[in-house]
Amino acid sequence: MNRPSILWKLYIAAFYLFLFAPLLVVAIFAFNASPFPSPPWRGFTFAWFTGDGSAFGKPGVLMDPIWLDSIVNSLKVAVPVALLAVLLGTVNAWVLERAEFRGKTFLAMMMLWPLVIPGVVLGISILAFFSRVANGLEEWLQTDLDFLRPGLPLVVLGQLSFILTISTLIIAARLRKFDRSLEEAAFDLGASRARVLRTVTVPFLRPALIGAGLVALLMSFENFNTTLMLVGSDAPLPITMYGQMREGASPAINAVSLFLMLAVGGIASLFALTSKAQA
Amino acid sequence: MNPTQRLALFVLLAPAILWLGLLIVLPHVEILILSFSERVAPRVYAFGAGNYLEFFTEPLYWRTFARTAIMSIAVTAITLVLAFPIALYIARVAQGRLKAMLLLLCLLPFWVSELVRTLGWMILLRETGVVSYLLRAAGLADQPVELLYNDGAVILGLVYGGLLFMIVPLANALESLEPAVVEAGFDLGGSRWTVLRRIVIPHAMPGIVAGSIIVFMLTVGNFATPVLLGGKNGLWFTEQIYAQFITRFNWPQGSAFGMLLLLLSSAIVWAGLRLTGQSLGTTLRQA
Repeated sequence: MNRPSILWKLYIAAFYLFLFAPLLVVAIFAFNASPFPSPPWRGFTFAWFTGDGSAFGKPGVLMDPIWLDSIVNSLKVAVPVALLAVLLGTVNAWVLERAEFRGKTFLAMMMLWPLVIPGVVLGISILAFFSRVANGLEEWLQTDLDFLRPGLPLVVLGQLSFILTISTLIIAARLRKFDRSLEEAAFDLGASRARVLRTVTVPFLRPALIGAGLVALLMSFENFNTTLMLVGSDAPLPITMYGQMREGASPAINAVSLFLMLAVGGIASLFALTSKAQA
Repeated sequence: MNPTQRLALFVLLAPAILWLGLLIVLPHVEILILSFSERVAPRVYAFGAGNYLEFFTEPLYWRTFARTAIMSIAVTAITLVLAFPIALYIARVAQGRLKAMLLLLCLLPFWVSELVRTLGWMILLRETGVVSYLLRAAGLADQPVELLYNDGAVILGLVYGGLLFMIVPLANALESLEPAVVEAGFDLGGSRWTVLRRIVIPHAMPGIVAGSIIVFMLTVGNFATPVLLGGKNGLWFTEQIYAQFITRFNWPQGSAFGMLLLLLSSAIVWAGLRLTGQSLGTTLRQA
């Protein structure tokens, strides 16, 4: 098996071409001077990034409030999701690795559960449950509780429901490798619990905390299925893209996609670097 | 355990209990209850299995469900066959820098949003798209060819989306295969095919199961790919859930569909694990 046949090599080459073809065409047609993202090639332009709409009737990404608003909405969701995922994921990881109590195996299984629930089902179940809670509370308190209705806060909760599993797993894996004699040494040297946490444990966990935060940020930014069910009038980026793709979008959507690819490439290489430092 | 330790444990457990209770368990109890409530008069609901009966009596619903299940199994099988030679190459043939690069190149497209990848396929496949244009330029077609909005396009998009989740567990499983065992197989007179069937594939089994389960779950629960690449012919079950919940505002019916999708997904995962004697924990770790 160590001398691959020419056929096998050709297959590998064809496979990687297949893998990158869709991304390449998306990137290339972001620069096409045509009102539609399709051939033929009509010349090179930056209009789909910075154009004010005078050339093709539709503005470029950086001039279009629809795109700018949805990027801001995505950030409004992704940043809280990432922060909460790291914070609560650390506590969960601590419970899994350090605490001893009855039912721990059961809890560990329960934490994996969100990964096997289809995103759409997570979305509708959270939508239905929080609507019931909102109805009950509103009647009781006689006020409107808009944050429990479809909208960005509910999207944050919906995404958190499964992203927390991922962040917990990443941080727990790192915590498992921790040599507890380091903590004991610090205690023996007279450090307080808070000081040990701050100077020994958290620095050891840092690569995993950063890694989990970046993964959460990416997963939140790209989540579509759960978000679709919980979104109100403020659409995050994937929802706007979906809407535009159904209507037949201008190449501005390619420009947005190119930004996304570059951002993802940047974050992914950051993540690769932190996990290399971790190994 | 003294009271302080008990309190500390409780505080540490609180986030997990709130998370799993408020975002997972209670919402699922809610849709389970909703799925069994029937509308008997405007704004009046009673207990009953009417939503499930509706599913079995309305051909559009159960046909879409069966179609989603069968196509997802087909997508999983195709993904496995396409991914196996790649994973074998990455795990057994490629060395050092080439190996790391091949794996990284596999990962990259999957860090990009599903919608961007789908957009790429739409630009390639539609009537005014790149493939149609190239076919005409090469003289292989005299008029624009529509390659979008059919089952082939849906399967292509779903297989593409599943590949990474198959390659990584497969490559992980194949990594631990001893070269000496393979050598021994050849020395004993086994053909390439016999060695593959009797040694390589059985060794890769945990990876095959893990990859297949993940790809199946992602495929069955997908929404954007079948809707965008299949158009009106996409007919995916998640779309029915969306239609009941968001478009028609019939939450009890939508909840029943949601429960059925959850049941399908869990049943196939359970059957896959059972048939191959693997456990969920080790399978998820493999991935």
